[in-house]
Amino acid sequence: MLKYLASRLLTFVPTFIGVTLISFAFIRMLPGDPITVMAGERGVSPERYQELMVQLGFDQPVYVQYFEYLKGIVQGDLGMSFVTKKPVWDEFFALFPATLELSLCAMIFAVGLGLPAGVIAAVNRGKFFDRALMSTALVGYSMPIFWWALLLIIVVSGWLGLTPVSGRISLMFYFPDTTGFMLIDSLLSGQKGAFSSALSHLILPTIVLGTIPLAVIARQTRSAMLEVLSEDYIRTARAKGLSPYGINGIHALRNALIPVITVIGLSVGTLLAGAILTETIFSWPGIGKWMVDSIFRRDYPVVQGGLLLIAVMVMIVNLTVDMLYGFINPKIRKR
Amino acid sequence: MALLEIRNLSVDFTTASGAFRAVDAVDVSVDKGEVLAIVGESGSGKSVSMLALMGLLPWTATITADVMEFEGRDLRALTPKARRKIVGKDIAMIFQEPMSSLNPCFTVGFQIKEALRLHMNMDRATRHKRAIELMDMVGIPAPESRLNTFPHQMSGGMNQRVMIAMSIACNPKLLIADEPTTALDVTIQAQILDLLTGLQRDTGMGLILITHDMGVVAENAERVSVQYAGQKVEDQPVYDLFARPHHPYTAALLAALPERATSKLLPTIPGVVPGQFDRPKGCLFSPRCAYADDRCRSTPPIPCGSELGLARCHYPLNATEEVKA
Ligand SMILES: Nc1ncnc2c1ncn2[C@@H]1O[C@H](COP(=O)(O)OP(=O)(O)OP(=O)(O)O)[C@@H](O)[C@H]1O
Ligand code: SF4
Ligand SMILES: [Mg+2]
Repeated sequence: MLKYLASRLLTFVPTFIGVTLISFAFIRMLPGDPITVMAGERGVSPERYQELMVQLGFDQPVYVQYFEYLKGIVQGDLGMSFVTKKPVWDEFFALFPATLELSLCAMIFAVGLGLPAGVIAAVNRGKFFDRALMSTALVGYSMPIFWWALLLIIVVSGWLGLTPVSGRISLMFYFPDTTGFMLIDSLLSGQKGAFSSALSHLILPTIVLGTIPLAVIARQTRSAMLEVLSEDYIRTARAKGLSPYGINGIHALRNALIPVITVIGLSVGTLLAGAILTETIFSWPGIGKWMVDSIFRRDYPVVQGGLLLIAVMVMIVNLTVDMLYGFINPKIRKR
Repeated sequence: MALLEIRNLSVDFTTASGAFRAVDAVDVSVDKGEVLAIVGESGSGKSVSMLALMGLLPWTATITADVMEFEGRDLRALTPKARRKIVGKDIAMIFQEPMSSLNPCFTVGFQIKEALRLHMNMDRATRHKRAIELMDMVGIPAPESRLNTFPHQMSGGMNQRVMIAMSIACNPKLLIADEPTTALDVTIQAQILDLLTGLQRDTGMGLILITHDMGVVAENAERVSVQYAGQKVEDQPVYDLFARPHHPYTAALLAALPERATSKLLPTIPGVVPGQFDRPKGCLFSPRCAYADDRCRSTPPIPCGSELGLARCHYPLNATEEVKA
């Protein structure tokens, strides 16, 4: 297992270098440079412009800039934001819990509904529930996030007035970030109504972000279950006199989970991409919104560093998923 | 009262190409402590009739029967929940493929203990002890350390022993073994059969042994029911069947036994069991029967009396003495 882990970590190296290259090139391909954007309407004098170019290192050839950047990364230094002058690391870790909280909730929403829905659809194959669920999943899968978010805001927040439109918690509440997770911090603060305020702010973003993974997981669970249900060991489970729950929810689902875990792992990437849009729409102060804002400000170090950290996270999740296989599928464990 | 009593069981499958009758008017009855063998070639409906009894057929199957009783209780009248209390506890079944019949994701210990938890109301420690005891009974060496292994880490023979341990876990009154040795090595086959018959003697349970091996029947069974193309064609105590088969199909099966061969070449039965599309009009065996005539080809025979082994034949063999007597 350790050997396997090491070999997997080794394959991360080229991926990692590729990501640094892409993130470095991407932000430089956008028209407009950070100095002009920062100066804004006021403009900047040519002398001051030259001075800043030297100060930020833009007078160097691009490859030198890249190696400087790589050198920083190796030393664990992702640079400072042009705008806030704070280290990228610090900004990332200040905002990351918000994204993590939203993504976790979206994942719980997607898995919590998708797994049982897929199982029930497979067990009732061809019946009404199955057909209804599969058509809904198709719609959910192809729904543009932006449009779906606006629709929910208009109906749930606007017409029904049930949920707030933006932010993580009502402005009435203030308490220190202990964990960075609003749901936990609001509980710890002991302030009345804080938790329910945090929760109500989470509902719409969670649904919006979780919809596509939900559709994917439900469909994958259903097809994996259908395959497993025709296996001999399911007949054995039925011959034992197990209840439908024991047969489908334990014996069949455990085997069907193997492919489902794969798509759950793959949806993490989708989820982070979706988080960028979702956070922007709901003014959710996480790394998604931070990235978008930084792109508009041409804040090179933040965009480069943020993309890199997101990529590393996706890699870690995929590795974790690979490790999880071993626990779920004993045939792999003994490799 | 018989332990198991099934009368006039038929199973129809709805398939894409129309209805197909896999089991046709079959009677099965087993007494307490009796060993019944069901023999017949592949496709004769042996498995399907037992799966119908267990309630394990897919929804495409339509099951009809005049009587379907276990210990005098009508199995068809039970709710699914009440039926699950019998199936798995009082009636257990072992399947042909031990490797694919065990769940690859759970340890064998879990799979054995599961039945105990479900039907026996045992606490964790008792279940553990009983599981080890069961594995010992079925001849698994070092049972304690085997509890935590997965099916794919053991041989087919060991897996079949696990299946047997699982099936006898709740002291069933009837055990159905559906070709329990077909997938195993020849040397292992005899061991597994000895194990099954030994357990049957010790516990006094009823045993239905499905096989297409007449040799296995001769050594292990008390009564034999011969099935062909979904129909029961003969039913006799094992000694009488071997001495005086009444149905030409039974006679042909016996003639194919190596120790009965009169020439160097084994006589085989020409042709195959009719399937969905080539079912003959009259006697289902007529295309392959050495005695077939026009009557056979046009009129389906009905079973004779029990003095003729209930043979489903117009011209039962070895009939003369009995009929005169
Ligand atoms: N689910 C099903 N749908 C349609 N036909 C089926 C189904 N299961 C079995 N059959 C058909 O029913 C017939 C009887 O099958 P069965 O499995 O009972 O034979 P068998 O006597 O057990 O043979 P074997 O010795 O190969 O196990 C076969 O022709 C088979 O194709
Ligand atoms: S009825 Fe005719 S064809 Fe059928 S088994 Fe008897 S003799 Fe053969
Ligand atoms: Mg069979």
